[in-house]
Amino acid sequence: MSPLSRREFVGAGIAAGAGLVIGFYLPHGQGSRQESFSPNAYLRITPDNKVTIVVARSEMGQGIRTALPMILAEELEADWKQIEIEQAGASTLFGDQTTGGSASIRTTWDPMRKAGAIAREMLISAAALTWGVPRSACAAENGRINHAATNRSLSYGELVTKAATLPIPSDVPLKQSKDYKIVGQRLARVDSPAKVKGEAVFGIDLRIPEMKYAVLSRCPVIGGKASSFDDKESKKITGVSYVGKIGDSAVAVVADSVWGAMEGRRVLNVTWDEGPNKDLNTAAVTASLKQAASKKAANLYSAGEPAKVSGRHISAEYSLPFMAHAPMEPGNCTAHFQGTKCELWAPTQVPQDCRDSVATAIGLDPDQVKVNVTLMGGGFGRRLEHDYAVEAALVSKAINGPVKVLWTRDDDMRSSTYRPASLHQLSAALDASGLPVGLTHRIIAPSISGQKGQPVPNGVDPDMPDEAGPVYGIPNYLIEYVQAETPVPLGWMRSVYALQAAFALESFIDELAVAAGKDPLKYRLQLLAKDQDLSYFTTTWHTARMRGVLQLAAEKSGWDKPLPAGRYRGVACFGCFASYMAEVVEITMENDQPRVHRVVAAVDCGQVVNPSILEQQIQGGIVYGLANALRAKITIEKGRVVQGNFDDYAPLRMDETPTVEVYAVPSAESPTGIGEPSVPPIAPALCNAIYTATKKRIRALPILS
Amino acid sequence: MADITLRVNGSEKKVSVSPETPLLWVLRDTLELTGTKFGCGAGLCGACTVHVDGNPIRSCSTPISQVAGKSVTTIEGLGVNGLHVLQQAWIAEEVPQCGYCQTGQIMSAAALLAKTPNPTDDQITQAMNGNLCRCGTYERIRKAIHRAAGNGGAR
Repeated sequence: MSPLSRREFVGAGIAAGAGLVIGFYLPHGQGSRQESFSPNAYLRITPDNKVTIVVARSEMGQGIRTALPMILAEELEADWKQIEIEQAGASTLFGDQTTGGSASIRTTWDPMRKAGAIAREMLISAAALTWGVPRSACAAENGRINHAATNRSLSYGELVTKAATLPIPSDVPLKQSKDYKIVGQRLARVDSPAKVKGEAVFGIDLRIPEMKYAVLSRCPVIGGKASSFDDKESKKITGVSYVGKIGDSAVAVVADSVWGAMEGRRVLNVTWDEGPNKDLNTAAVTASLKQAASKKAANLYSAGEPAKVSGRHISAEYSLPFMAHAPMEPGNCTAHFQGTKCELWAPTQVPQDCRDSVATAIGLDPDQVKVNVTLMGGGFGRRLEHDYAVEAALVSKAINGPVKVLWTRDDDMRSSTYRPASLHQLSAALDASGLPVGLTHRIIAPSISGQKGQPVPNGVDPDMPDEAGPVYGIPNYLIEYVQAETPVPLGWMRSVYALQAAFALESFIDELAVAAGKDPLKYRLQLLAKDQDLSYFTTTWHTARMRGVLQLAAEKSGWDKPLPAGRYRGVACFGCFASYMAEVVEITMENDQPRVHRVVAAVDCGQVVNPSILEQQIQGGIVYGLANALRAKITIEKGRVVQGNFDDYAPLRMDETPTVEVYAVPSAESPTGIGEPSVPPIAPALCNAIYTATKKRIRALPILS
Repeated sequence: MADITLRVNGSEKKVSVSPETPLLWVLRDTLELTGTKFGCGAGLCGACTVHVDGNPIRSCSTPISQVAGKSVTTIEGLGVNGLHVLQQAWIAEEVPQCGYCQTGQIMSAAALLAKTPNPTDDQITQAMNGNLCRCGTYERIRKAIHRAAGNGGAR
């Protein structure tokens, strides 16, 4: 299910969960009902004064194991030093646990705050009853309830036994932003020490007794199948214990070491039925997008009637290729099938989807499948799939024992799901002053959700509402979407369609500024000059907030100050996942290639929870987005993905990494997404800088192709 | 199969594996030292970086037979007394995001500081360019190396 469609269930799920678990949520059998205080599934306080906060989203580097507990701890008035973190596996207590769509903070901001506030109010009540004083005379602070009038104080641990007997309040006061002591601080991430010591357990590191290792030989042709295999040579490799078909299109080699399994696969001989895509190539994909362009489109956003506007007409077409997530930790999952139950240890963004998909695949009920969530060596959307978990469960069932399925880098590159290739047709009509009075953006791309058999209501891919909204208050403005088809497997990749939409729109706006003979930043500010609320599906985009980030980026980058000879700037702004982002890049050109020296990023994401993690996410998103812009390209030949490793699909290295300065607009608005919004503006900002330097307009990514 | 003896983090280890097995998998599967990571299997990403006789090497592409009798240091053995100054700097600069590549990054940085206690930006780039990070932590890695160098470097 897409991150978006799953998200719709969050609110109801959380509310129900909080009510259901009172008093009997005791994971790991710690303490008894009487001993521990757990007013909701997110929190447990024990008499020894340990405060355990349960994180029901997955940690893939975005700092969620730190940021979510900070929100609860703030309302709890906890002592941050007494907090312990527990990772939830697939559960029924937390609503949707999908980690994606830059949604963890923005969708659990309220539930986490309420969870903390409810506990705080109950602890205050417990203290007031203990001392026989009014509640109003008691205050929570730093993990204690104090009675100032008599100078008495009790720790939360000392109060839990009484608190656990009290009714759970339904309506609790929440703190004001100005009173925050934890939220907004640069608190150290809880996971850093283990990660620098090599002690952090990622999915690939997890070991269980008697565990075997498996690698799979998958059909190299998209949609192909395994007809037969000859395992004579494989079985000669030391440690290889099993070779067998897994599903229709793969053969597993199981051994007592990873190397044994890899060697066994190397000499395995599989005969493939290459199927209907054996002649597919990139040119055919491109042609199919062009063909789809004339199909009827679905309206995403519509103001006025751009088709009827007169003025100076300008149009342009942009295109982007397939791209691969390529997280550093290749796909893997550990599974232990035991007849009527199956336990998994999965580095996954979708523990519940893994549970349900595995249950279907091995013929169990979902409640017979337990999914533990491990740390992830990056996700970027790749682990929104469940393929690795299903494979592990099937292999475990086949050998009737515990196994870890491991993907190699080549497997990850060639048997992945990919960011959809897309085509963009833009047209505008400029008035006498050079400003657009009409603008149309037609997005032609296959639907990720559609390909996975999920609903595409009225022809609108369910990701579009978060990722393709209007930026400017242009009076006649149409954004439309044409659903194309492709057999190439598709996945949600960091910022999803926002990357494509922003590249096209923000390059085009730059073309308009050039046509109007205006400074591209001032041109954008002029387009945002009037305060307007642009309603787009469930989000309202405020031109004032977009103007705010542009102005901040302009000021911090010194946009009005001249650059040294040979340096050039470009700017772009975009909004996605309910956050506003503007980026200014500074480049030089060396041998016709851009070198990015500096990026100034300004963001408005509402209340900042942890400024250090925010900076990490924005720096990381820009480095990720630069790799996408410069080189990321998956091509298809004879039905096969061409790229196989970090040589022909080359991420950014240190020598190409610019300094990234991050500035956040101070805000007490509810927090919005931050994992993805920094990705989309960087490609157009860079291409706009290249135009300034060379007068060459780049209308197809990647830049270095 | 062959019996191969090597020193790992100061202790002598005898392993019985096929001689072409990459050092990476001996460390991870046989010796259960999983701080060294698998990223590409082709010496392209540096996640598997360890020291052999003090030099940084890619353990995914180094057969165990080549390190027989040699001394291997992994992330688990880097800090002799508690955290290495680089590990401290990594925490102070809040470098890790997903953290998967960071042990390899730290091993490359440690090899750099051992030879060049006060590296320039260019020297850092040159030493670290073989280590990929998809979370994009390079800027903080650079800061952490400078910080560690300021705090005594190669200790």
